Amino acid sequence: MMEGLVILLVIFVLAMFVGLEVVTKVPARLHTPLMSGSNAISGITIIGSTVVAGLGATKLATVLGVIAVAFAMINVVGGYVVTDRMLQMFKKKPEGGK
Amino acid sequence: MAALIELAYLAAAALFIIGLKRMASPATARAGNFLSAVGMLIAIVGTLLDRHIVSFQWIVVGGAIGSGLGLWMARAVRMTAMPQMVGILNGFGGGASQLVGAAEWHRLMQPGALLPLDTAVSIYMSTLIGGVTFAGSMVAAGKLQEIVPGRPVLFPFQHLFNLVLFLGGAAMGMYLLISPGRPEVFAAMNVAALLLGVLLVIPIGGADMPVVICLLNSYSGLAAATTGFVISNHGLIISGALVGASGIILTQIMCRAMNRSFTNVLFGGFGAAIAASGGSGGRGAAPRGVRETSAEEAALLLGYARSVIVVPGYGLAVAQAQHQVRELADLLEKRGVEVKYAIHPVAGRMPGHMNVLLAEANVPYPKLFDMEQINPAFEWTDVALVVGANDVVNPAARNTPNSPIYGMPILDVDKARHVIFLKRSLNPGFAGNSVLHGSGPCDQDFRAICVYLRSSAVA
Repeated sequence: MMEGLVILLVIFVLAMFVGLEVVTKVPARLHTPLMSGSNAISGITIIGSTVVAGLGATKLATVLGVIAVAFAMINVVGGYVVTDRMLQMFKKKPEGGK
Repeated sequence: MAALIELAYLAAAALFIIGLKRMASPATARAGNFLSAVGMLIAIVGTLLDRHIVSFQWIVVGGAIGSGLGLWMARAVRMTAMPQMVGILNGFGGGASQLVGAAEWHRLMQPGALLPLDTAVSIYMSTLIGGVTFAGSMVAAGKLQEIVPGRPVLFPFQHLFNLVLFLGGAAMGMYLLISPGRPEVFAAMNVAALLLGVLLVIPIGGADMPVVICLLNSYSGLAAATTGFVISNHGLIISGALVGASGIILTQIMCRAMNRSFTNVLFGGFGAAIAASGGSGGRGAAPRGVRETSAEEAALLLGYARSVIVVPGYGLAVAQAQHQVRELADLLEKRGVEVKYAIHPVAGRMPGHMNVLLAEANVPYPKLFDMEQINPAFEWTDVALVVGANDVVNPAARNTPNSPIYGMPILDVDKARHVIFLKRSLNPGFAGNSVLHGSGPCDQDFRAICVYLRSSAVA
């Protein structure tokens, strides 16, 4: 039982290092889209929410799960769409301005 | 099937990492974000294949409502309101984690039965972190939107009270480990988490919100990771850790840019300190004298300069003047003036905010420079045009040890040959070495300057 937890902890710590490594390379000018984009990734709780909402265990658990699904989807869809909106502006490079 | 689902999560995690990696350059960032979204889609589809899921209709209903709201928010939000937006999204992520924890607890709780220790600890962590993130983010967003007072709200024994609340929440979690069948204790723990979220953010001043938003970003990742521990899901853990790391880095960067320690931001009540010391900050600076200027004079200075560096601050965004800045820059460039933009790390209300605002006004990003890149260039610059910025150019940060911003890295505008400040009110603390000062709302100043530049007066 505890070994299971330790394995999860190992994955967590290693992923943390990957995250630190990758994110340090993001330039300051992209920090706002980085935040909203990584925010969308944290909407990955949608997985947990979906499982909990779909198990049909108890009525209360299902209700909480469905609200969780809605919350997580706001996070996911809102995060990705708003990030795309911002990055689209960064892509636009008017050639006229030299 | 279970292996297939695990592989789907692995694919999703890999796509998230590649997506974040592509954020390293504006040219690839959009494609990276798209890849990340594809990863999310794979993860969701994979989850729906889980054979433990028996009813789909409610998932669809919840998902549709959430997606609709998210889409609407993302489309409607103004770029100036991006910090609030990120705060609210953070909050919903945290709220989802808390709800998953609560739902799992309710499902697994049998009167008299003991939860496995690891599951129980994960559930309590998930609800606690999720609750703090949810409530804290909503308060932070409220402060940024000015629904909640932006000034630090302080009351006696605040930190002590928070500590008691935190220990109380932890104690309730412990108690539940021994006797799990107590829904009222679990509910009380959730309330404590929410209350703690509110109380942790409410004493922090509006100026420190960028740090808080970064920190809550990190929390929302950690909340997702703890949810992963609850349901033993590797995908959640990896993704949560990535976001947690990202938030930690941004928090550090923000703290460094303001020369504040992390604990100082959280417990300092910084906004209060600034209000108390008023504008005394700049007295140590050798004043070169401030005088009012006219738009005509500013136009002359700018029009005959060889190089101009624009220093935008949040005031620019408040006045929605980024488009006028761009217009002015275009006029100047037509005259052969070299125009650059100097972006301080804390310009705007969140990391990188000013870059987004200028990108919205179609300023090409190669013209935007970070503080370290541009500071050496001020010496050879004819005019520094400071628009709606205070602290980030205040020399008090360099030479007034008792100033609240002392030690904060600043843009060296005072090294430029001329400095023009465009702002509504001239705070004596920050005007130590301004040479010229425009009056009136700055978008009007811009229009006036543009009019003079277009006219033959500056031929």
